[in-house]
Amino acid sequence: MSESPLLEVENLCTYFRLSKSHPFGRSRTVFAVDDVSFRVSRGTTFGIVGESGCGKSTTAMSILRLIKPTSGSVRFDGNDVLKLDPKPLRRLRSRMQLIFQDPYSSLNPRATAGNIVAAPLKTHNIGSRQQHHERVSELFSRVGLRPEQQTAFPHQFSGGQRQRISIARALATDPELIVCDEPVSALDVAIQAQVLNLLIRLQRELNLTYLFISHDMGVIQHMCDEVVVLYLGKIVEQADRNSLFSHPLHPYTWSLLSAVPSIYSDADSLKQRVKLKGDPPSPIDPPPGCRFAQRCPFADTSKHCYSKMPLLRIIKGQHKVACHRVSEEGVAPQDIHTI
Amino acid sequence: MNKEPILKIEDLCVDFKTRTGSVRVLHHINLSVKAGESIGIVGESGCGKSMTALATMQLIPTPPGLISEGSVLLKGDDLLKLNEIQMRDVRGNEISMIFQEPMTSLNPVFKIGMQISENIIRHQGKTKKEAQELSVAMMRAVKIPGAARLIKRYPHELSGGMRQRVMIAMALSCQPSVLIADEPTTALDVTVQAQIFDLLRDVQQDMGTAIILITHDMGVIAENTQRVVVMYAGHKFEEGPVDEIIHHPKHPYTRGLIRCTPHLKKNMEHEREELSEIPGIVPDLSRLDGLCPFRPRCSEKRRQCDEQMPQEIQTGDGHFVCCWAAGEDQ
Amino acid sequence: MADDVKMNEIAAPSRRFLEAWYMFASNKAALLGLGLGILIAGVTIFGPMIYPTDPFEMVGAPMSPPGEELLLGTDFLGRDILAGIVYGARTTVLVGFAATFFTLVIGILIGVLAGFYGGWVENLLMRVTEFFQVLPALLLAMVLVALFSPSLYTIIFAIGVVSWTPVARLTRAEFLKIKEREFVMAERAIGATNWSIMWKVMLPNAAPPLIVAATLGVGVAILFEAALSFLGLGDPNAFSWGYMIGASRDFIWDTWWAVTFPGLAIFVTVLSISLIGDGLNDALNPKLRLVK
Repeated sequence: MSESPLLEVENLCTYFRLSKSHPFGRSRTVFAVDDVSFRVSRGTTFGIVGESGCGKSTTAMSILRLIKPTSGSVRFDGNDVLKLDPKPLRRLRSRMQLIFQDPYSSLNPRATAGNIVAAPLKTHNIGSRQQHHERVSELFSRVGLRPEQQTAFPHQFSGGQRQRISIARALATDPELIVCDEPVSALDVAIQAQVLNLLIRLQRELNLTYLFISHDMGVIQHMCDEVVVLYLGKIVEQADRNSLFSHPLHPYTWSLLSAVPSIYSDADSLKQRVKLKGDPPSPIDPPPGCRFAQRCPFADTSKHCYSKMPLLRIIKGQHKVACHRVSEEGVAPQDIHTI
Repeated sequence: MNKEPILKIEDLCVDFKTRTGSVRVLHHINLSVKAGESIGIVGESGCGKSMTALATMQLIPTPPGLISEGSVLLKGDDLLKLNEIQMRDVRGNEISMIFQEPMTSLNPVFKIGMQISENIIRHQGKTKKEAQELSVAMMRAVKIPGAARLIKRYPHELSGGMRQRVMIAMALSCQPSVLIADEPTTALDVTVQAQIFDLLRDVQQDMGTAIILITHDMGVIAENTQRVVVMYAGHKFEEGPVDEIIHHPKHPYTRGLIRCTPHLKKNMEHEREELSEIPGIVPDLSRLDGLCPFRPRCSEKRRQCDEQMPQEIQTGDGHFVCCWAAGEDQ
Repeated sequence: MADDVKMNEIAAPSRRFLEAWYMFASNKAALLGLGLGILIAGVTIFGPMIYPTDPFEMVGAPMSPPGEELLLGTDFLGRDILAGIVYGARTTVLVGFAATFFTLVIGILIGVLAGFYGGWVENLLMRVTEFFQVLPALLLAMVLVALFSPSLYTIIFAIGVVSWTPVARLTRAEFLKIKEREFVMAERAIGATNWSIMWKVMLPNAAPPLIVAATLGVGVAILFEAALSFLGLGDPNAFSWGYMIGASRDFIWDTWWAVTFPGLAIFVTVLSISLIGDGLNDALNPKLRLVK
């Protein structure tokens, strides 16, 4: 921990103002990302997990400044990303890259695979034409594609291969950080393993740092060293992989983990499953208090769950949680109460 | 367990005509489900799991599709002998289906109450008022809060989980004997997925519906079915009781399918192990050669595989597998 | 890792083009249009060499019917109708293509800027577009030509000014659609400039409907030119089909051939272009492609 972190996100907020439904309506705001802070150390995989609409993709887009955040700061290797002018920002983008969820829409259908992978090099004027060609061939074999496939168009590849092209493109400029936004959820189960293994291998070989976004707890557990759990734009829990999965503190994390269907579950674990009521509410003008309170089986008026927003506090080591019901000693409500 | 199966698919073959000739997308599929039983069909996309469901409902676009062989017996009657008008009485009445994306399967311009009652009116000859009442009762049965109010809403005004509940209410409104659920929760969040499966389990207990659950998620299969069918490239590879399949899979493909997903574990080893992967991708159905279609990706390929398609053999109580490697272990 | 199963299918990169040609060629009407188009192109390029009669010269007796002295007869001044059609093709085709090019330049520029930037840029540009849309096109074109003395350039300019609005709207609509797709975000993430995203990434993806619109636009431009010439606002130094019809309109009952043949020429040309445009539309629209 002596080394400075590669990425530092502090109090990041991204709000969207919605248009009024009628001229006299009150303006509504989507709190897509609300006061999110975390640090990512070099060479590690940092996971962001949550259900749809929790703001995990918006967080990633805001960090890369592909969406304009409302406030907060993002420091990448000491540079304040949100304050950079367009030119230095473009230069910085060669060091932080992005892999998208849907390999069908993230590749330009009118460009050849080779040109797609070479595009970052051309954009940043790195090397000559000949060097581009060599680099692209090298990247192709690195991600498990054959170099002669460069002349083919995206529609001629399968989903897994397209995701490999996407990874090759992200690697072209030798970035330090790669943001993986649900990189395998659009892929077939058998192909997911291929892509996940490739990502792990590349990280080892190139000392990459990943910001890994997923809704799949199994994938997060497999990939990440440290994880934050987002709920309606807020971090509810943050911990290293081991403490998060073996002893989740926040009732939301706990119920999320128990809801995942597993081949290891038996009749007992099915009975013990926590059943959250309802759907995740919308992040438009959420009520005061804990955002999870409406669905929380332990929400309690006497503990201010409905009136005061719980702060993210450190429980032990690096394990942080934002819940009124978790005691200072790290006793979670689900440890003592049964429902 | 000695009950007669309510739905029995025998030797089902489906062909699709293309510009370059006929392609077989289902190869002699045998499948049966008893009342109150849940069976799962797993496989990668394009393996024929949805095609099996559509063929059962006779919803395959013909042409280019064609059910060329086999029979689909519902309570002993062959559905494939029925004409389109008779089939309409079966669909939504005897066999219902729910789909992956509830938004696209609901008609966006009609109120949801109307969409549910329409089905009831069509199949049960109820009056509009009776159907309306039954719709509300159905929506209560699928635990939609404020059902009486919600029937006046349009599909886009509901959340994804609620829409899927509406779909289930619609599918169950005529008390079908078989419910086919094609990836019913893939578009939903895990917490909502858990609610939907709870609901399906309750409904099944109340009505004794047989459920065919189509999914790619082994965890879902493990928790929600009693029997599993593993499909690949239009072939049935393995069938057996769920515990057998998950803990003692006989087919290399089944093993691969289980091991290639990072399953959530309570206690973790500290070192990340590499996921075992199934190399390559599913084959092009128009290029199959009559031998085992998994052969090019299989890690346990042997001499016979290049010579002959393996026959289905029984390896245990209700456990069938179609593989040379599994045959040798016997 | 070896995805060989699928890789066998990878064909030459020209496959997309071949597939489009296959679709186009299987459409008989489109082939007919293409045939007529080639014929017209031939007349335009080689016609005056093969049939070198000057269309302005009086070569026969006035108002002689077809077949008597000359193949298609003469008009009220004794000018050869066939020579008029052969020379007129040049003017007509030139105006058609040049005006369409001009239309595309204005329309695409405005559509791209509006669709890409959105916000007030889009609002402003779209209001301008609507302003031009509500003006009666032919009237505006007449005013513009009359204002700047009739010549081929002013006619091309006038047609361009009155017919760019559909192109702008189409381009904007395509851009709005393409903007939602992730590869545009991906380009931004690798640090590409807005300029290169607009022109090198998004425009090629918007091309198919624009190609179709441009093709059909040529037909419209030809009709416009004919209408302007008919009304006496054509270039007096260029012989065109519209001018021929306009000049002979007082004698329509006495010399039907002087009006009918140029009219047929316009009809056939526009028909050919429309058929090609329709064929292209089907060929470039992937939704209509046969399932493989």
